[in-house]
Amino acid sequence: MSLDPVFMPAPERHVLRKALENRSFLVGLVITALVAVTALVSFVWTPYDITRLSVANRMLSLSAEHPFGTDHMGRDILSMIMIGARNSIAVAIVAVGIGMGIGVPLGAWAAARGGWTDEVLMRVNDVVFAFPALLSAVMITAVFGPGAVNAIIAIGIFNVPVFARVARAGALSLWPREFILAARAAGKGKALITVEHILPNIASVLLVQGTIQFALAILAEAGLSYLGLGTQPPMPSWGRMLFDAQTRIAVAPHLALFPGLAIVITVLGLNLLGDGLRDVLDPRLRRQR
Amino acid sequence: MSLLEIENLSLEIGDTPILKNIDLSIAPGEVMGLVGESGSGKSMTALAVMRLLPHDARADGRVTFDGIDILAAPEAAMCRLRGDDIGMVFQEPMTALNPVKTIGEQVAEGIRWHTGANRADAEARARAMLERVGLPERQFPLTRYPHELSGGQRQRVVIAIACALKPKLLIADEPTTALDVVLQAQILDLLRELVDENRMSLLLISHDLAVVAEMTDRVTIIRQGTVMEAGETARVLSRQEHPYTRQLAEASTHVPARARAPGRAAGAEPLLKVEGLTRDYPVRRASLFSPARTFRAVDGVSFALGGGQSMALVGRSGCGKSTLARMVLALDRPTSGSIRFLGEEIGARSADELRVARRNMQPVFQDPYGSFDPRQKVERLVAEPLHLLDGKPDGARRRELVAEALEQVGLAPSDMEKYPHEFSGGQRQRLAIARAIITRPKLIVADEPVSALDVSIRAQILDLFADLRDRLGVAYLFITHDLTVARAITETVMVMHEGRIVEAGPTETVLGNPQTEPAKALVAAAPDLQRALERRLVRSAG
Amino acid sequence: MTAYLLRRLTIAIATLLVASLVVFSILEILPGDPARIMLGMNASADTLEALRTEMGLDRPVVARYLSWLGGMATGDFGRSLTYSSSVTDLVLERLAVSLPLAAIALALSTAIAIPVGVFAASRRGHAADTLSMGAAQVGVAVPNFWFALLLVYVFAVGLRLVPAGGFPGWGETWASHFEALKALVLPAVSLALPQAAILARVTRSAMVEVMGEDYIRTARAKGLPRRVVLWRHALRNALIPVLTIMGLQFAFLLAGTIIIENVFYLPGLGRLIFQAISQRDLIVVEGVVMLLVASVILINLLVDICYAAVDPRLRTGR
Repeated sequence: MSLDPVFMPAPERHVLRKALENRSFLVGLVITALVAVTALVSFVWTPYDITRLSVANRMLSLSAEHPFGTDHMGRDILSMIMIGARNSIAVAIVAVGIGMGIGVPLGAWAAARGGWTDEVLMRVNDVVFAFPALLSAVMITAVFGPGAVNAIIAIGIFNVPVFARVARAGALSLWPREFILAARAAGKGKALITVEHILPNIASVLLVQGTIQFALAILAEAGLSYLGLGTQPPMPSWGRMLFDAQTRIAVAPHLALFPGLAIVITVLGLNLLGDGLRDVLDPRLRRQR
Repeated sequence: MSLLEIENLSLEIGDTPILKNIDLSIAPGEVMGLVGESGSGKSMTALAVMRLLPHDARADGRVTFDGIDILAAPEAAMCRLRGDDIGMVFQEPMTALNPVKTIGEQVAEGIRWHTGANRADAEARARAMLERVGLPERQFPLTRYPHELSGGQRQRVVIAIACALKPKLLIADEPTTALDVVLQAQILDLLRELVDENRMSLLLISHDLAVVAEMTDRVTIIRQGTVMEAGETARVLSRQEHPYTRQLAEASTHVPARARAPGRAAGAEPLLKVEGLTRDYPVRRASLFSPARTFRAVDGVSFALGGGQSMALVGRSGCGKSTLARMVLALDRPTSGSIRFLGEEIGARSADELRVARRNMQPVFQDPYGSFDPRQKVERLVAEPLHLLDGKPDGARRRELVAEALEQVGLAPSDMEKYPHEFSGGQRQRLAIARAIITRPKLIVADEPVSALDVSIRAQILDLFADLRDRLGVAYLFITHDLTVARAITETVMVMHEGRIVEAGPTETVLGNPQTEPAKALVAAAPDLQRALERRLVRSAG
Repeated sequence: MTAYLLRRLTIAIATLLVASLVVFSILEILPGDPARIMLGMNASADTLEALRTEMGLDRPVVARYLSWLGGMATGDFGRSLTYSSSVTDLVLERLAVSLPLAAIALALSTAIAIPVGVFAASRRGHAADTLSMGAAQVGVAVPNFWFALLLVYVFAVGLRLVPAGGFPGWGETWASHFEALKALVLPAVSLALPQAAILARVTRSAMVEVMGEDYIRTARAKGLPRRVVLWRHALRNALIPVLTIMGLQFAFLLAGTIIIENVFYLPGLGRLIFQAISQRDLIVVEGVVMLLVASVILINLLVDICYAAVDPRLRTGR
């Protein structure tokens, strides 16, 4: 990505005011918060118990009792979507966490060391980049059988080089700056400078990238679950619900509609949040408005 | 009748007023200087004439060019004017050319667009034009890309584009500010020749009174979007009737009042002694099979600097002076040679062994915006070098030291609660100096410390440097391309050229009577307000 | 130029070698006994032994890796246990579906995205920009397999314009070619549109960024109208980041192809790999994964070559 790696910040309170004036940010924040709250609520309450199957209530259409209808086993779709949100978010958090937790230190280290270390790390990055999450998941499933952990590992691995590249590019653009030279002249070592100056200054780029990757992780998880490589039944997941809906699309299209909308709204919210954050944190892009 | 007539021009961008009731007129064949400090609105005036303003800008008043009402003309009419009757040269040659198109295409493009000439004819004219601006086809074929040219050569291409169709008016916006003095003199000569040959009018925008005195017939001085004074250049700049004009003129020739430099105790070891210093950089190979090559940025440099002394290192851009400064600061390792500071070799020391040296030697950099971590408060930033002290001062002691340093550079102790972006450029340079003196160093290495500042701010910062030397006895190594800085504040000067020191000695002697070619070229090219005015007066008298 | 290309080529080959090591390790070393995985728990000792011999599991690991690598270099990806035919033949047969699908999707998304992105950038702040970028914003969020389901519901179930799935084969006649192409329309569109949304956004922001550059002002000062500057000066510079994203997107397109083939029951590589997983046919999985990884690396090499074509700064040795 050709993001400008380093945003020169405004002071914190200005950022807050700008954020509240930014439509993308606000809409994104509200959607994301709603999805998160829904997922949390599902731990304590859902309209129906989704472990109770009922042949009599199979594939009911939309009604006051079941606003999104019921699926082929008579389970309430709204309840399933609520629990599915929990599942999607959990997978995305862990996968992005893996990517950031490994990728950022690697990228910052490569930039600080330069030379061979940098070259080797970047070539390793190239190799990982050649394995889309789906291929990793395919290999893991072929050997160990299907499971939700496969999806987390596969998506997490693919996130590592993404964050490593972003962190490295940001750090590389900072190292020649004069304030870093001044820190070196103040006797500070590379590790200390990375912690005190580099990481705080690339934090906003990483945050923006983080929201983008979070959205991608939710899409990827849905795809893997759809293919049967991710979350396994009976645990509800948006991707799996779409798979179940596929063969019944002619008779009960609502089965496919709502899980899909849930994915679109969640991903849209996260992307809007990311765009908003970028506008707020990067004065360079704002100027061009 | 005048060619360009600006009457009562006002301009707002968003809600910010930029220009207020500007009047300016240029007669055919006349050279007009537009002078002002940064943010005065001089570039926006030029863009208003071209009607290339940012899209949220609103202009009021009248701009008439050759009988055409510019502010009211349809866009198509403006496209016919731009590049044909009005040409423009910009400040930044490194970014003014499209990196993916050849110089031939870029010069020929305007010719084809306006004259409808076919490719071959347009290229022939482009070739002639490039030859005229000093880029003969033998060395600079039309198929060259911008990245294959130096900054000065690129500016020549930009001039070729602007002058290709012999416009009636040429606008040059700080055309030499990004170039070193020698290139500046060459580019200014070229502009003057082109203007004379084609009887063009020239609107020369500059912050540099000496350049304007050298080049222009009449001058308009603006400040914060308002015209302060306008008139014949020689008269305005020699009489200096308007207080702002006087202030600018004084600031640009300012020499800080100072006590004499302390004499060095005979036989004592100098503070800094550099011997046979060399730095090679590897050059990317042209192909896999060509041998590895290196570029020698610094080549066998030796010099010594005594305690409390002030020395300038001058030279053209790319001569290796910044590389030398970084090696002295132990931010870059020499390929060979030795640097002794306080009697200790620092060339190949580990970070830990360098603590004492670093405590006694601090940098001040050029860019007042890039010198500070934008996410930290002044207290932390100025206190950063305290990291070098053996017993780290506690919070209260640290604040005391920061407050003291801030006071010494003329800032208030309460400023330590602020972020760097809350300060102006000049104030930030004061912050940089406060950071540099907080460990009470014996040497400050300053790399172009005032070249990014406006003249009036620059005079104040030079005063501050002189004052601190008197009070703290600190020695300076000034790296600069600006000879007036060297004259103002140093006793000795070294002239660097292609990695070597070609001439060194007392500042007055070397700059007053240079012996080597590179030094002569630097001195001859350096703009000088007094000299330019004298020449102008002689010319108008004769 | 040649130095740059040689360097990129060397990197691509090295990446491919390391990637093959990764694939081999995961599928042949990590499981311990791949033969047992392939045959399952109930296999008799004799059949297990036979398969181990056939796969060469009795040989040292390094020798196995090298002979696997050597085989692939000569086009031999081994023999599938379940299909009892060579993996190469299986793959070639399936490529006849997957390759056209990916190519049509890529062409379609590029053909839509770049004009839309440039247009939006040229009308920045106007209604056309807001609308097209709003649509793109939503498009980025749509999972391609869900979009595919919607398309099936509307065009196959509802309007009955195209088949809901399956693939008749390319056949010999023009009519059968046409039927085959018809079967690929919905899959290609459902792959292409979400891709196009991303690419259009990248194109627009790259154009907006480039339009703020100094050389654009220089071109305007020559008297060129804005729209001419947009096409002649801005687009080529904006292509550099667009190419980068296209390279990265290819990996997603590939994954998308695998998913979409499963939505439409197309007999492509995606279906092959899933049948192989459910039958635990590690040899087929290994071969197909390796092929897909190689194609990602190849595309990135092509992107590097395009960089050099677009950007003269990469062509000279500086």
